[in-house]
Amino acid sequence: MDIKAIRQDFPILNRKVNGNPLIYFDNAATTQKPLQVIDSEVGFYQKHNANVHRAVHTLSLEATDLYEKARETLAKFINAKTSSEVVFVRGTTEAINLAAYSWGLNNLGKGDEVLVSLMEHHSNIVPWEINSKLRGFTLKYANVHDDGTLNYEDFESKLTEQTKIVCLSQVSNVTGVINDVKRIAKAAHDQGALILVDGAQSVPHMPVDVQELDADFLAFSGHKMLGPTGIGVLYGKKEILEGMSPFEGGGEMIKEVSYNSGTGHCGVSWNELPWKFEAGTPNICGAIGLAVAVNYLSALGLDNVLTHEKDLTQYAMTQMAECKKVTVYGPKDSSKKCGIIPFGVKGLSSHDVALFCDNYGIMLRSGYHCAQPLHEMFKLESSARASFYLYNNKEEVDRFVEVLKEFDQL
Amino acid sequence: MSTVSDYVARIEGTCGAESDVIVVFRYEKKDEAIANIMKKASLKNTIAGIIFELTFEGLSFRLYTSGKAIFRGIKSKTELMDFLAKLLL
Repeated sequence: MDIKAIRQDFPILNRKVNGNPLIYFDNAATTQKPLQVIDSEVGFYQKHNANVHRAVHTLSLEATDLYEKARETLAKFINAKTSSEVVFVRGTTEAINLAAYSWGLNNLGKGDEVLVSLMEHHSNIVPWEINSKLRGFTLKYANVHDDGTLNYEDFESKLTEQTKIVCLSQVSNVTGVINDVKRIAKAAHDQGALILVDGAQSVPHMPVDVQELDADFLAFSGHKMLGPTGIGVLYGKKEILEGMSPFEGGGEMIKEVSYNSGTGHCGVSWNELPWKFEAGTPNICGAIGLAVAVNYLSALGLDNVLTHEKDLTQYAMTQMAECKKVTVYGPKDSSKKCGIIPFGVKGLSSHDVALFCDNYGIMLRSGYHCAQPLHEMFKLESSARASFYLYNNKEEVDRFVEVLKEFDQL
Repeated sequence: MSTVSDYVARIEGTCGAESDVIVVFRYEKKDEAIANIMKKASLKNTIAGIIFELTFEGLSFRLYTSGKAIFRGIKSKTELMDFLAKLLL
């Protein structure tokens, strides 16, 4: 990949922060947007803006066409069998909540079990905790090794005949550890359970093929993969989505709402997939922008994106090992992970580290990164996190390490 | 007469077990805020001229030249506002 050329597509990378060139290493939280995505957002509102579906005028037809073509692009991107398996949502969090509530409504109850891991983002824990209280099922947690990798033996040993669904991130948002979800999918299916894959940190960074993984659900966010905020995807196998009740009620998700004067109630029938799950006016512009982002990523090649990030991670970790006060958490072997490096600096809180780096124009995240159980397991109060994407380069890593080495003087 | 809000743009609780509070000073008033604080608080340590570790009335906190400060062990927003008033005004 020609990183220099790629960087030209991201105008924000030209700005300065606190008098220093911006170095954006908070990509696991959200990524920057290329001109192509920005232009598509502006272009939609300048030329095509109208509400989608159920109108006959030209603008609505254009908007509907763009919106549904975006769905097809997304379906192709993750190799879904059909675009009706792609539900547009606000992001990964809403996607998981949709699955937890709607699928859980008809499939989870007392005596059932749901299995997650201790490395999950809160968005793959809290919806299940809430639902376990509502439906009376048991939520179980699989352990993680000291280096942050998944304890597969523990995960598989906790899979029982009572397990109805397992929920696992393909890549940890804290350590960048890549989980073998194909192995877990097979183990889950062997027990008759489904698998929900949290793809928030994987879909933007590596090829993800839902058919190859045999994932029943896949959740991911547009804003973490060059797309706009407020748009994401819940993929679900068609036969599973068809058996689910809607998540929200309103316009668009219904086929018919007919008042029966005899009963004094409205009879309601649901729309077809995927609109059954898209109540109200969707984020039309966001979906179109996300498709542009996906085309951008596809043109570069996700294999190339992953290779670049792994190279950068290895390069950064090697240099960070030379910083006396810096401790990198998680696996030391970069082949096990994506471009995310959690670390701490002796004597300083993660927020001190992030603010110190901010002074040099380097954007890092600090805190729990919405994964408190994993931090508790690591016995950490919090961590600083550098996360890379396709536009980051070795010069930025060099500068970052130079700044970290200032801590050696303390 | 100046108030704390004249200097403070935002107060944010941080994520993590430390339960720190970050005070972000208004960009146009940050230099004045830093100068006021440096006059009143005692300097314990400085890190690369960027982080200033200070104490005031028995409480340690960190001030950053970028116009932010981290406070730890503050029990309530009222306590923080009172503390900021003493430091800034």
